[in-house]
Amino acid sequence: MDQSYEKQNPAFYAVIGLLVFMSVGPVVLMFVNSFKLDVDIISGTSGLLFLPTIQNYETALCDVLWYEPDHLEFCSLKFGGAFINSLIIALISTVLTLVIGAMSAYALVRFRFMGRDTVSVTTLMVRMVPPAVLLVPVFGLWNNEFCLDKNGLIGGAIRDAFGGRGDVCLAGTHSGIIIIYVAMNLPFVIWILQSFIVQVPRSLEEAARVDGAGPFQVFFKVVLPLIKPGLAAAAIFTFRIAWNEYLLASALSDRNTKTVPILIVNNMSEFNVEWGVIMATGMLLAIPPIIFTLFASRQIITGMTAGAVKG
Amino acid sequence: MFTSRVNRLSPYLFMAPAVIIMAIALIYPLGYMIWGSFRAWDPSQTIGEAEFVGLKNYITLWHDPSFRESLGVTLRFAFFCVSIEMVLGVGLALLLDRNIRGMSLLRTMFILPMMIAPVVVGLMWRYMYHPSVGTFNRVLETLGLPDVDWLGSHALTSVISADIWQWTPFIFILSLAALQSLPRSALEAARIDGATGWQQIVHIKLPLMMPVLIVTALLRLIDAFKVLEVILVLTEGGPGLSTEILALRISRTATEFRELGVAAAMSNYLLILLMLLTVGMFAFNRWQEARAAKVRMAAEEDS
Repeated sequence: MDQSYEKQNPAFYAVIGLLVFMSVGPVVLMFVNSFKLDVDIISGTSGLLFLPTIQNYETALCDVLWYEPDHLEFCSLKFGGAFINSLIIALISTVLTLVIGAMSAYALVRFRFMGRDTVSVTTLMVRMVPPAVLLVPVFGLWNNEFCLDKNGLIGGAIRDAFGGRGDVCLAGTHSGIIIIYVAMNLPFVIWILQSFIVQVPRSLEEAARVDGAGPFQVFFKVVLPLIKPGLAAAAIFTFRIAWNEYLLASALSDRNTKTVPILIVNNMSEFNVEWGVIMATGMLLAIPPIIFTLFASRQIITGMTAGAVKG
Repeated sequence: MFTSRVNRLSPYLFMAPAVIIMAIALIYPLGYMIWGSFRAWDPSQTIGEAEFVGLKNYITLWHDPSFRESLGVTLRFAFFCVSIEMVLGVGLALLLDRNIRGMSLLRTMFILPMMIAPVVVGLMWRYMYHPSVGTFNRVLETLGLPDVDWLGSHALTSVISADIWQWTPFIFILSLAALQSLPRSALEAARIDGATGWQQIVHIKLPLMMPVLIVTALLRLIDAFKVLEVILVLTEGGPGLSTEILALRISRTATEFRELGVAAAMSNYLLILLMLLTVGMFAFNRWQEARAAKVRMAAEEDS
């Protein structure tokens, strides 16, 4: 690659400046507003002249702070709890999706077996299923069918341990949300990882097998380390969907398992919008994806092109 | 003996977790939904108790003006989003396909909107569209222009703009990747023959990029039917039904009107639509591969 850069005319740089302003502007605006008091947001014509305050963040995070903010009498926004729920759900579902997805992508690429074509076509077809379509059946199933009878052995044990009435159902638990996220993301992850596994040289695997490694050892010790870039790309996309998803989480969660997007939507629909606090919660939700974008944009682009160009 | 059996079983062992999870949480629910769409089903009943009504839900929906309205809104939304995004994204890619300093930083900043939660995107734009405190009306005021009722009479346009802001980068990145993988020799030859920049774009770059562009457009189209959160936060489908896309209508029918059977039938309509698009994409891919193989064969015979 030659590293000499072409000289462009100034109009070109002006266009680029405008584009950057347009794509980053709204995010910066939200960032700035999250440090303003509501009074400043509503009255302020001066965009940048204001006294920054972390009061909005204190209000948002009041249930996990170690001190009590002065301006609050009562901590009504349980943001900290929701944030922890979001983290648990997104992290566990990402890890599960990656391991399970990599295993089946490996099987689809490296083995010939009965039903292989069926599985691979089905995987591709369900990739287009929108969350809204899953809403009705998942709501019905998680609440009515995927339950353990409270009189049964395991269900009874869970009821005794955690209290409550009625049967033990998947709805309202972390696992209930995690399982649907894993299922939703699997087709995409399997698809992306296939294109990375194809590139792993077969000779390496055969060498390991000659040395006496079983199929699982070959997979975990030889193949997985070699497809790390693919795993990173897939991880970011899976995490992003699990972290950002609203609809299914809102149908399946209860008071204790609700995630950040649900909390934000609930606060938005109330009559009197507290812009500062809402912006602060939005900013907190956006921070993990922003960090990924800044530090792993290369992997994101790899993942996007691998997922689309081959899809 | 034992190892050979393990080896024969191993593909199934590798597949098992994925197959089990997808069967429980995707395939079975989809079957359940299709079954439920033939029933008058409300959330207090289990599906077995609900009365079987045959195709009634589908027929009612087909004649329901508000369903048709919302189908129309969905199609309009998807069409305008995808076509405007394609034009902008491909245009930007052609413009920025140059050897400039800081390209990777630029790409990083462009993908930022896509990574942010749709809920947060909705929230940012709702603030900017706000009739009195919002950024757009403030700017209009300073310029001495009259206010615009962004989320009222122009709701659909505003919602489409937000989607364009978020997803144009997707098309930009993919078409840039396609552009940069074009065979250098063809472009070189054209330059030597004295083709102008514009001629190069129309006669060489665009035709060569076409396969990738069509796949990108179809992917984006499928995604456009999934959009829900941005619209929910911005307008909640209003005013009236002007921005109520199908996904939103499904969720409202299920949760507010409590008619699960109707919502399931509606989901099926949406699913059929998306299925057609996906099959179209596959067919196109197959055709493309077959054509490429034929070209390759012809080239080999020549040599």
